[in-house]
Amino acid sequence: MYGFEAMTFNIHGGYLEAIVRGHRAGLLTAADYNNLCQCETLDDIKMHLSATEYGPYLQNEPSPLHTTTIVEKCTLKLVDEYKHMLCQATEPLSTFLEYITYGHMIDNVVLIVTGTLHERDVQELLEKCHPLGMFDSIATLAVAQNMRELYRLVLVDTPLAPYFSECITSEDLDDMNIEIMRNTLYKAYLEDFYKFCQKLGGATAEIMSDLLAFEADRRAVNITINSIGTELTRDDRRKLYSNFGLLYPYGHEELAVCEDIDQVVRAVMEKYPPYQSIFSKLSYGESQMLDKAFYEEEVKRLCLAFEQQFHYGVFFAYMRLREQEIRNLMWISECVAQNQKSRVHDSVVFIF
Amino acid sequence: MERMEKFIDNLPPMDLMRSEKMTLVQLIIPVESAHRAISYLGELGLLQFRDLNAEKSPFQRTFVNQVKRCGEMSRKLRFFKDQISKAGLLSSLHPVVEPDVELEELEIQLAEHEHELIEMNSNSEKLRQTYNELLEFKIVLQKAGGFLVSSNNHAVDEERELSENVYSNDGYVETASLLEQEMRPADQSGLRFISGIICKSKALRFERMLFRATRGNMLFNHAPAGEEIMDPVSAEMVEKTVFVVFFSGEQAKTKILKICEAFGANCYPVPDDISKQRQITREVLSRLSELETTLDAGIRHRNKALTSVGYHLTHWMSMVRREKAVYDTLNMLNFDVTKKCLVGEGWCPIFAKAQIQEALQRATFDSNSQVGIIFHVMDAVESPPTYFRTNRFTNAYQEIVDAYGVARYQESNPAVYTVITFPFLFAVMFGDWGHGICLLLGALVLIARESRLSTQKLGSFMEMLFGGRYVLLLMSLFSIYCGLIYNEFFSVPFHIFGGSAYKCRDATCRDAQSAGLIKFRDPYPFGVDPSWRGSRSELPFLNSLKMKMSILLGVAQMNLGIILSYFNARFFRNSLDIRYQFVPQMIFLNSLFGYLSLLIIIKWCTGSQADLYHVMIYMFLSPTDDLGDNELFWGQRPLQIVLLLLALVAVPWMLFPKPFILKKLHSERFQGRTYGMLGTSEFDLDVEPDSARQHHEEFNFSEVFVHQMIHSIEFVLGAVSNTASYLRLWALSPTTCLGV
Repeated sequence: MYGFEAMTFNIHGGYLEAIVRGHRAGLLTAADYNNLCQCETLDDIKMHLSATEYGPYLQNEPSPLHTTTIVEKCTLKLVDEYKHMLCQATEPLSTFLEYITYGHMIDNVVLIVTGTLHERDVQELLEKCHPLGMFDSIATLAVAQNMRELYRLVLVDTPLAPYFSECITSEDLDDMNIEIMRNTLYKAYLEDFYKFCQKLGGATAEIMSDLLAFEADRRAVNITINSIGTELTRDDRRKLYSNFGLLYPYGHEELAVCEDIDQVVRAVMEKYPPYQSIFSKLSYGESQMLDKAFYEEEVKRLCLAFEQQFHYGVFFAYMRLREQEIRNLMWISECVAQNQKSRVHDSVVFIF
Repeated sequence: MERMEKFIDNLPPMDLMRSEKMTLVQLIIPVESAHRAISYLGELGLLQFRDLNAEKSPFQRTFVNQVKRCGEMSRKLRFFKDQISKAGLLSSLHPVVEPDVELEELEIQLAEHEHELIEMNSNSEKLRQTYNELLEFKIVLQKAGGFLVSSNNHAVDEERELSENVYSNDGYVETASLLEQEMRPADQSGLRFISGIICKSKALRFERMLFRATRGNMLFNHAPAGEEIMDPVSAEMVEKTVFVVFFSGEQAKTKILKICEAFGANCYPVPDDISKQRQITREVLSRLSELETTLDAGIRHRNKALTSVGYHLTHWMSMVRREKAVYDTLNMLNFDVTKKCLVGEGWCPIFAKAQIQEALQRATFDSNSQVGIIFHVMDAVESPPTYFRTNRFTNAYQEIVDAYGVARYQESNPAVYTVITFPFLFAVMFGDWGHGICLLLGALVLIARESRLSTQKLGSFMEMLFGGRYVLLLMSLFSIYCGLIYNEFFSVPFHIFGGSAYKCRDATCRDAQSAGLIKFRDPYPFGVDPSWRGSRSELPFLNSLKMKMSILLGVAQMNLGIILSYFNARFFRNSLDIRYQFVPQMIFLNSLFGYLSLLIIIKWCTGSQADLYHVMIYMFLSPTDDLGDNELFWGQRPLQIVLLLLALVAVPWMLFPKPFILKKLHSERFQGRTYGMLGTSEFDLDVEPDSARQHHEEFNFSEVFVHQMIHSIEFVLGAVSNTASYLRLWALSPTTCLGV
């Protein structure tokens, strides 16, 4: 499996790998989080962040800050870094980097379509979209009435087009359909990304397949939990699971028939040693904490990706870690803004 | 030896040689005079505060609110600056001298200005938007009107071409109008249309989207708008395209409108009727001119406000920055128990104590404080910071040296010698008095404009040149000197110091290239004889000269370095370093390369034909062999053997004794400790500035030994490789000649 990456990787990827590792060194540290958690106001947070790499992005914000501004500016930094890397990248790294954003694209499509369904203003929706998942004709999504139109009008131009083959129906869009569409798209996306990474081979394939398998399994568990008690049939549910990952195929069979979160899902997952530790941390009835547990596990795996050199997994890992950091900042700022400082630690996933 | 040491001790002290003597001082400042005291001290710039609150995060410190306010003010100032540069105004370059306003006052002023500016901006933005809309409407009317007129006349033809219909003209018109009469009687062509304007960059995608959404049942006409329209968001001028979409059906209309909205295309209704069109155009034009005057007035008003801000901007900026620095410094201070005083600690050079005290007194006096500021010297445990006093001449040299590493406290400062050696070694390479004069003129221009240039903001390259202007000056002077020695003026030799010592054998000088010249009088008095230029043996001669000169210079400079280490060891009373480091190093370097230098000088003086390469190489390979033709002086062979042995002995000498003696000293001291401190041994480690008095670090023999080993190997290899490096002086000097 291992080729001679070390010999040739740096010709094209060396510069960007150095860049991304440099960026990674700019992630907030434990001391930063410690200080941030002690902040009394959003201005304190701004002041603290101004000493970090976020400084230049926040320095020109007038004083009554909002959480959204902080998050927006921090995301802007991530987007700037991403764009810089994308500009410098050559094939196949540029394709790899583009793959990273497809997930956001799917989320944005779903956001706009759901928004239009509930007759929200398109501009307002566009502001809520993740800037990484933007594409040219995204605003036109509002025109579409059903899946077929959605595909024919807008998505055919986007990289998401091939993922759509599974969910073209003439059905009108409703919440359920959209959610199924999201998961079908995501499934197709993950499988495609997985295949792409396998094609790249070497350490990239090894590390990315691990990360993507985790992602796929997490989605499978989430789909199961969210679909319990809805009208989604078992077969439909089974169809939404990605066709790779640790749970594939036997775990999926078992998950597909689950009807209870605490007992059944847990029982299924505990058969798989890597997930055993996640579930063993949760006591019964604490399934809300599952998200955090998964995030923690993900962060751990992402950090491990940096332990090896000469592979593209670091780019994926860095983007994910930064996103997690921004989520953390959002949570901390929300807690500070709403005077709920006791709950700060509930949802913050530390990255070390 | 004794006398020698006495002589060295009695040398006059050199100011630049050692960094300033520093002392740790404590300040106890009453709260009411703290701000003023710190700002006075800041202006003096001779006290370095220690951060006493290092463990506190920035927002837990005492003056965090003031720091925040300063940050907020500088944000506002940046906003003003941004606005001023966007409006194309220049903020006044020469800062006006005006009295310092109070910070609170400034804060209020800034807030007012900001408020005013934001309001004006929002007003003008609103106006600008209406103006843009009208302008776009006007353009659409003009362009789309054109389409409509032509489409009214030629719609039929176009339609036919487009759909490749086989209908006859009349027939098609009839069916179309029949259809139309059912749907919308007023329209003659049977089609409805939407006209509007869109960014040029989006036009193509827009058209494609329309085509898809209507399944091709539409006609898209477009024309460039001709003039650029300001984008209200980015305030940039954007090229736009006017479009008219013809379509039929109500469903298509909603779709198209939605797409227009999604693409940010502004739609404007254009009446079909030409007379109506004209009327609307007139109205739009009149409103446009009205708006234009309002906008202009608004912009004039805004510019006036901005100019008045811009007048003070530089002053305010520096003031806010100063305030922020003061509060940042105050944050390093601690409150004492009574909360009435601030306690600060810092390092200051001893000579500055009077100045600092004077500044503190001034601060007490100016702030009408009853209690004076207490300023006293403290005992320091850790090593003081290195502080060199420089002036504008030595500053550049000190910076060059600092780039390689800052000397420890009171260590001898190589910058003293760098003042001469750095420009001189440059000149050895550059050596050309023509170029030297050019460089001199450049340096003189920089120095003559010193006072003006130092206040300006220069580009990064100019800044570097300006900073090194005195380096350039000396470089150019030495270049002229070396150029005279090399006898090169833009690579052309001149007979400045009399005629050449050589002449041709015959009058025609035909054999100058073949048989060479003959010497007919005393050597050329200064530098290289101009006759060498262009002769067959010019290159070998100059190479040999410059190479040997480089080695002489190099060995001299390396010796200087080692001698400096002797002065250091003396200064810190570290006889261990002298005996087991300085002495063997001197022996090693001079028995090999010092000997080489000696040979070079002897060869020059005697004019011997000996091959020095051969001598040096066989000194190592077979020291006992007879030198033969290469013997330069009597007794050379035994001398070489002695020197070689000395060099061989010097290596273990500098490697082994020091770590073992250190170990012995340490164990002795440790034993002594159990019985209480007795008299200190001769080699007292405490004098070493880095060793802290309170805690003696664990003595790790292997670490010390490895360190010493690295040090020795580095020295031995360095002696060889540095000598080779000095050949660069030779290598670069022909490059600069040839490069011309």
